[in-house]
Amino acid sequence: MDFLVFQYPMITLQACLDGILLGVLFALIAYGMALQWGVMNIINIAQGDLVILGGYIAYFMYLYGIHPAWGVIVAPVIMYFVGIAIYKLVINKVVDRDLFISILATFGISILFMQLMNFAFGADVVLANSGYGTTMLFDNNVVLPNSKIFSAFISIVFAVCLVIYMKKSKLGRAIRATAQNARAAKILGVDTEKVYAATFGINAALCGVAGALISITFTIHPYMGLPYTIRSFMIVIVAGLGNLPGVAMSGMGLGVFEEFADYILGTEFRIGSVFLLLVLILVYRRFKLSRKREYLK
Amino acid sequence: MNKNFILYAAILVFGLAAPFLFPAFKVQLSILCVLIVLATTWNIQGGEMGYNSFGNILFYGLGMYLCASVQVGMFFPLAEWTESGGEKTFVHTPTQFFQGMAVGLVVAAVVPTIVAGLIGYSILGLRGHYFAICTLGLGVAAGEISGGIEIIGAGQGFTTPPFPNVGSLEARGEFFYFLSFFTLVLTFIAVRSIYSTRFKLILNAIRDNEDKAEAMGIETMKYKIIGWMISAFFCGLAGGIMGGLVGYIDSTDVAFDGREMGVFMVLMAILGGKGTLWGPIIGATIFHIFKEGFWTFFLGWQYVALGVLIVVIVIYFPEGIMGWLREKYPERFGEVVDEKDRKAQVELK
Repeated sequence: MDFLVFQYPMITLQACLDGILLGVLFALIAYGMALQWGVMNIINIAQGDLVILGGYIAYFMYLYGIHPAWGVIVAPVIMYFVGIAIYKLVINKVVDRDLFISILATFGISILFMQLMNFAFGADVVLANSGYGTTMLFDNNVVLPNSKIFSAFISIVFAVCLVIYMKKSKLGRAIRATAQNARAAKILGVDTEKVYAATFGINAALCGVAGALISITFTIHPYMGLPYTIRSFMIVIVAGLGNLPGVAMSGMGLGVFEEFADYILGTEFRIGSVFLLLVLILVYRRFKLSRKREYLK
Repeated sequence: MNKNFILYAAILVFGLAAPFLFPAFKVQLSILCVLIVLATTWNIQGGEMGYNSFGNILFYGLGMYLCASVQVGMFFPLAEWTESGGEKTFVHTPTQFFQGMAVGLVVAAVVPTIVAGLIGYSILGLRGHYFAICTLGLGVAAGEISGGIEIIGAGQGFTTPPFPNVGSLEARGEFFYFLSFFTLVLTFIAVRSIYSTRFKLILNAIRDNEDKAEAMGIETMKYKIIGWMISAFFCGLAGGIMGGLVGYIDSTDVAFDGREMGVFMVLMAILGGKGTLWGPIIGATIFHIFKEGFWTFFLGWQYVALGVLIVVIVIYFPEGIMGWLREKYPERFGEVVDEKDRKAQVELK
């Protein structure tokens, strides 16, 4: 197992490149999660289902003869309004309540979305074919689909745009102020209710972009949402809130980990290994923190 | 005390007579008993201890697989059994079936308890939402991994031994009903006696302020682990019974079904009222009646209804039925109410 790196350098390289390109996508979803977690102190279990919904938007454009890559522009617009609607209906009632209430409420939304998507789009695994072809590297030993490169590129573009937007625009400043101290922001004239709604909308829009890209590069299925939630949660706790380079790095790390788990353990254990990794990370974190607490003693 | 005794006696008599009064609902009544056991034991660490776990499904599924595996493995080679799938090449005699079931249930209860004790030290150190997400991850990981293990059927599923041909056709339903009812009574007695000791006060102290409890000299970790182990014991037992009752085990749809059973137990406890003895029981009963009604009449839309139900319960009734009753009639719960204060509050509203 540990000789894989030396015996099959090409497979290793393939897995690393695949993982990095995949990880950029995870990082984009995780960025949305970090945003809403930081601003509203909510963990959204329905994050992954928003991703899948965005994927279905791109897939439907593909079915109607439009190139699915345009979904990257259409999906976030639709998802923004979906996000606002979810906020108005449910999230604004749980924002300043116990965290467990918000987890359970978003869990309910997640189940609801899963089933509605199952009704609307059927339980088949689908894929929007972009027809981008593949790139061969190193004497055709490493095969990279162009759609993966495209999706990683688009994710980076969106992330950079969002970072600039958060730094420069008025709404971005209001969001950052609310994240730092909601009460103080309110006193200084920030309409926090609006900020929360916008944050959730932006998060949903990011999920839409990621979903559209996933429908091009991988497959989508109504019940595949939860792993995306768990991955983004994991990335956020490893990187910490508001640490963007950290989010990007740990996203790529997770992607590479998954690809290797896929090669070594087999595809049937891929999702299981992601969830196990989550448990291991949390346990590691708990022991690290408890050591810190002992220093205080 | 006397009034309570009459109440318990009435419930016991009703429980014993129920399968003969409603012969058509035997399976539903058995499932109700299992649901009450799950909700009540979730309440031990979810409601009393304040550690909201989505992961009790882990013990439930573990119990289910263990009970069935032991029941088969005691007499026949397990691998051949699962390979044959639905077509049985081996048949249990009645003695073998009941012996296997008894040993299987013991294993199904004991092993999850040990597992809970082993992982408890690392998992229960997490606080709040980290604990909730971690346990959610544990449950799903267990489902995904067990779906890849060949000897317990992998993705194909595991058929539990069919009930042997003893006596009348009603025997199977009656056996499982009395088994689950007995488990329910056992659970109720255990939980009730736990709740009347210092242990419950310690759990409540952990829920209210863990750091302060620790500063007062309570070894919180020890009590947290014990609380979780008690939950695991009954969850495993309930899982073992449910496996036999359903007759078929699938890794993600029956055993480690975080999307259904894992949420149900949380929901039932919240619906009835977290942190009360009767809350989960009432919640489970109402939930089961509602669920069965809805499942039958709106077939296909049940998960949509479930999602809406979760959101509505969590947003509008986070205190549950018992919490609402307590607010309405605080005198019945032994709280001293100052009339003036109450009137002032009403006026404020």
